Amino acid sequence: MTTLTQAAEHAAPARAAGRPPVRLGRIAMHVFMLAAAVLWLAPIVFALYVSLRPEAETNRLGYVSIAHKLTLENFTNAWSQSQMWRFFLNSVWITLPAVIITLVLASAVAFVVSRLNFRFNVALLILFTAGNLLPQQVIITPLYRIYLKIPVPHLLSSSGLLYDSRFGLIVINVSFQLGFCVFVLSNYMRTIPPDIDEAALVDGATLWLRYWRIVLPLCRPALAALATLLTTWIYNDFFWAITLMSTGNKRPITSALQNLQGQFVSNQNMIAAAALMAAIPTLVVYVLLQKQFIAGLSLGSSKG
Amino acid sequence: MALAAKEGVPPVAAGRPRRRRRRSLGLTRRDKVVATLLVGVPLLLDLAFIWFPAIASVFLSFTKWTGVGGIHLTSCKPPALPGLPEPGCLNGVQNYNQAFTNYPDFWPAVRHNILWLIVFMVIATPLGMLFAVILDRGIRGSRIYQSILFLPVMLSLALIGIIWELIYSPNYGLINTVIGHNTNANLIDWLGNPKLNLWAVLVEATWRQAGYVMVLYLAGLKAFDPALREAAVIDGANSWQLFWRVTFPVMRPINIVILVVTVIESLRAFDLVYITGKGNPVKGLELLSVLVTQNIVGETQRIGFGSTLGVVLLVISLVPISIFLYQTFRREQR
Repeated sequence: MTTLTQAAEHAAPARAAGRPPVRLGRIAMHVFMLAAAVLWLAPIVFALYVSLRPEAETNRLGYVSIAHKLTLENFTNAWSQSQMWRFFLNSVWITLPAVIITLVLASAVAFVVSRLNFRFNVALLILFTAGNLLPQQVIITPLYRIYLKIPVPHLLSSSGLLYDSRFGLIVINVSFQLGFCVFVLSNYMRTIPPDIDEAALVDGATLWLRYWRIVLPLCRPALAALATLLTTWIYNDFFWAITLMSTGNKRPITSALQNLQGQFVSNQNMIAAAALMAAIPTLVVYVLLQKQFIAGLSLGSSKG
Repeated sequence: MALAAKEGVPPVAAGRPRRRRRRSLGLTRRDKVVATLLVGVPLLLDLAFIWFPAIASVFLSFTKWTGVGGIHLTSCKPPALPGLPEPGCLNGVQNYNQAFTNYPDFWPAVRHNILWLIVFMVIATPLGMLFAVILDRGIRGSRIYQSILFLPVMLSLALIGIIWELIYSPNYGLINTVIGHNTNANLIDWLGNPKLNLWAVLVEATWRQAGYVMVLYLAGLKAFDPALREAAVIDGANSWQLFWRVTFPVMRPINIVILVVTVIESLRAFDLVYITGKGNPVKGLELLSVLVTQNIVGETQRIGFGSTLGVVLLVISLVPISIFLYQTFRREQR
């Protein structure tokens, strides 16, 4: 204790004498972060600026010029000429079910692995986690062939196969994201004291009830965070959509941007407008749920 | 008791067969079925669509196959009539041989992947960590800075590619106009010039990766016990020492996660390059992931060879994956 008090006495005058350098340090940090923020925001602002200007004008004056005219015509044209609403709908059809199914399945595995003591628990976790870390290109070749082979009832897929169907995209997105969610949820469930659902066990609750009515509702923060993460990742997915979906019409919005690039070849203003419109749902999610999103990432990175 | 009443489950004493009343988890047969289903369905999905293809890739890498017809388990002979599609055959390690010696894009792709990794580890990740450390100090406007720096992570990589194409545009773009190189005589083609385009794309990737690392590191810093920090400050540590001697070592688990994320993200690099090339191969932007896709998607499918490249990517990826798994699950066993 004496060392602490002595040290505190030393620290106090030291701090008083060291005031100016600390101030300078703080100013430097502010300047640095301000510069970083400006640099980081610049590309998006620039893209927005270009998208608000008519193509004829930028063709004359270039992108870096004072606008004589600001207009929303790029946005309206992109919307109507490319039928973006259809691609948005596709994205919703794929993203929403995929997120829900992933969360249900992942929480099921996490529940069993964290509550019941099977010999294979750790092996299961390793299997799932490693599966999520593989690059997508590693599995695409056989996956492509599998997708061409498995028949699917026409109710779920208009092509009759997993390939070139929204159902197929849901399946692969679910499978691919399962690993990360199992990892995060099992960590999270481990922090829920087992007494809670063991009390229900004594009361005669079945395993299913313990999972669905007790443990799962307690995971709401983790589920919310994961839901925001998954929505963003699946919505932004590009690779599965371009490799496993050939009909342009059925593509989700992010990969459809590639179609648009072909369609409006030289009209970069319109492409920028389309791309920015495509980003709106993720931006909405971001603004509304930023806290959950970041909580989700940190749940995945730290252990419990 | 309240739970039982709520769920309408009869109290235990009312004759439930085989119900063990120990503290530990006794499972009825029905429970066992439920448990099997709960694990079985996701496991089936994971095995069928992730692990089976991964292992099949390894097998396919030893074959030569265009996708037409089946694979005959015979070794490949030179085609009788060149140009005619042949059924699949076993090629042994020939594919690997060809990739390493004959395929002109292979070594450039490996070099580029390594370069991508180096830039991430030396620039993007430290930058993200720096942002996190500064923001953790709680300077004014931290929330805004955090939001802005993290914003690129929310955007699809395809979108990022499109945004930066505007900046790099040779005739109209931000950079060329500002530095005066936007006339046809002295154009700098940032995305077309093979000497420059990888760096141009790396700027885009760094723009995104820094925010991602920042958030991960910030989460770790926030979990950092302030008592440790105060003790060090009282003992006379200045900021520099504080970070390197106290914070950084304690953050070891997070450091490992960030390291692994960095490596895996750099191996995953695909979307940016693909959208920059609009689906076509671009000289100077060869990457292993792009090469795999080129060999598989499109009219001429070289499935065996594409799988070979995929397996190379897999083997390289297994290194960070194993480190991560070892680090994470070793602590599990403790």
